[in-house]
Amino acid sequence: MITRDFTILAPEGMHARPATALVKLARQFQSDILLKKGIKEVKMNSLLNILSMGVKGGEVVTVLMEGVDETAAAEALDTFFKQGLKDW
Amino acid sequence: MQGIGVSPGISIGKAYVLRQRKEAASGTVLSDEAAVLQEIGRYREAVRSSVEEVQELFENVAGEERDILEVQLELLQDPQMESDVLARISSDKMTARDAVLMVIGLAVQVFEQMEDEYLKARAADVQDAGSRMVRNLSGIAASTTGTGIPRSGSGDDEGLIIIAEDLSPSDTIGMHRSKVHGFATQSGGKTSHVAIVARLRGLPAVVGCGGELGRIVDGDLIVLDGSHGLVLVNPAAAIIEEYRKKREILIQEVRRLAALKDQPAVTTDGVRIELLANIATAEDMDQALALGAEGVGLLRTELLFMDRDSFPTEDEQVRYYKTILLRAGNRMVTIRTLDIGGDKPLPYLELPEEDNPFLGYRAIRICLDRKDIFLTQLRAILRASAFGKCRIMLPMISGVQEVRQARVVLEEAKEELLGSGITFDTSIKMGIMIEVPSAAVIADLLAREADFFSIGTNDLCQYVLAADRMNKQIKDLYDPYHPAVLRLIRYVIEQGHLQGIPVGMCGELAGDPQATSLLLGMGLKEFSMSAPSIPAIKDILIRSSETAARKNFQL
Repeated sequence: MITRDFTILAPEGMHARPATALVKLARQFQSDILLKKGIKEVKMNSLLNILSMGVKGGEVVTVLMEGVDETAAAEALDTFFKQGLKDW
Repeated sequence: MQGIGVSPGISIGKAYVLRQRKEAASGTVLSDEAAVLQEIGRYREAVRSSVEEVQELFENVAGEERDILEVQLELLQDPQMESDVLARISSDKMTARDAVLMVIGLAVQVFEQMEDEYLKARAADVQDAGSRMVRNLSGIAASTTGTGIPRSGSGDDEGLIIIAEDLSPSDTIGMHRSKVHGFATQSGGKTSHVAIVARLRGLPAVVGCGGELGRIVDGDLIVLDGSHGLVLVNPAAAIIEEYRKKREILIQEVRRLAALKDQPAVTTDGVRIELLANIATAEDMDQALALGAEGVGLLRTELLFMDRDSFPTEDEQVRYYKTILLRAGNRMVTIRTLDIGGDKPLPYLELPEEDNPFLGYRAIRICLDRKDIFLTQLRAILRASAFGKCRIMLPMISGVQEVRQARVVLEEAKEELLGSGITFDTSIKMGIMIEVPSAAVIADLLAREADFFSIGTNDLCQYVLAADRMNKQIKDLYDPYHPAVLRLIRYVIEQGHLQGIPVGMCGELAGDPQATSLLLGMGLKEFSMSAPSIPAIKDILIRSSETAARKNFQL
């Protein structure tokens, strides 16, 4: 299992548009991907779940990945959080 | 009636009242497994039809409206929603319709209780997806508009003002364009969908009008003033007449600004100002020309480097610059060399983790260190220079040495091309951005090294004031009108002109109408901004006198 922490760079937080992109990205991998903030933890395949976490700009989220392609998933999410989200 | 004006403009038209059906659960308990299976089947069928309906709406929409529909598609097929609904059907023996009502109701509550205004507004997206599902489960054949407003014209071209408690995102998008002239809703805020869609379509909208709006009936004559958040119901003839006049003036104002397109920006005392655009793509170039830009003051090249696995080759870069130069015709295009760093990383370029990416390894600092990257970009710009007019702009310059080093690499690129017999603009200009305070302070020295200056006010301001402009807690400190920032800007303009080099500005301040007179008074001659700001800034300039602006300006 791979665990990564990311700071949300978009000042407005995890809005619907980046969240939609994130769900689509996570779906490309077979690994189970979980998003965690504080005590809340949800599967990253659901837009409803991601939005309901209410992630704000500057907050830190943890992503947990487990499965055959977890390394590739970690890389893709790394890129997404470090650059993708910010440009949304 | 007073609400929140979320999209400016005035419309006068007949009220068209949309009433939402209040859906209540039936409370039916499924009797056996067969019924459970049947309801699961009905649920899946409803998801399928709902998805098809939304996909139909995709025709003829673009940009943000597409994003709204993407969210709908995602919510309709959401795995969490699905497993919750299936659990209600299988374990609680609810009908598919009751299960959807219950699951959606709970999700809407979660969003409505959020503090963040934006996330609170997402309740509308969830409700929209849910209502569509419920309608499909209730067997009501709905048109894709879901509102009964015809999607095609019927010869009656009187404008309608849509009055509703709230409007769902997909309803707003599905509405017939030429018939709907404005929106007024009881609830909602600045971030609601109706606000976004109305702004995109240039229609006035007022939200948050409260329960009073419920008294309006179909056919009432409505005057909607989106600039002031006003909704007038059956006003006196004199008031209608007054608003008709105001509306006429507004329309003429839009036309007048559009008519300025081909008029040069010359002040009343004959000073010629150049209005340029900040762009990133060839499409931006087209928009800039349509709005009267006389050239490009900033071409961001980062896009070319992002969203890929490796550096773009020299040929790829040449194609990109060439396309833009050809579209620009004979107008000057200022190409900024790669401006990346820890905050704007590239997946294929390993950068060290930094505590302060804004003060770290970035932009020209990377280019001077990784000469291979820099040389390739400079060669590509030079090769493209044969197809139009362009100049090179270096970002993040902090001292004289960096400009000299960059010149050495430029000379090397030129020699290589000359050696291979490739044509290019041999007298291409190389200028610098003034965005680091040290560069501003030694503008007198840098003016002897650079062919032109362009003041990047966004970074200059945050570096001078030590205030991150993305940090909400200190947003008041980020102030481009702070005397320290203004003094530096004045000094840079003055020193550039003393050395006889052009000085422009490509930061947000250049497109801020409140700053126009101030910058004119400081002697700025090149204003570069996002294209939509150009007409309004031109309008101010052609009515200003530089002499008067200089007199008014004292620091």
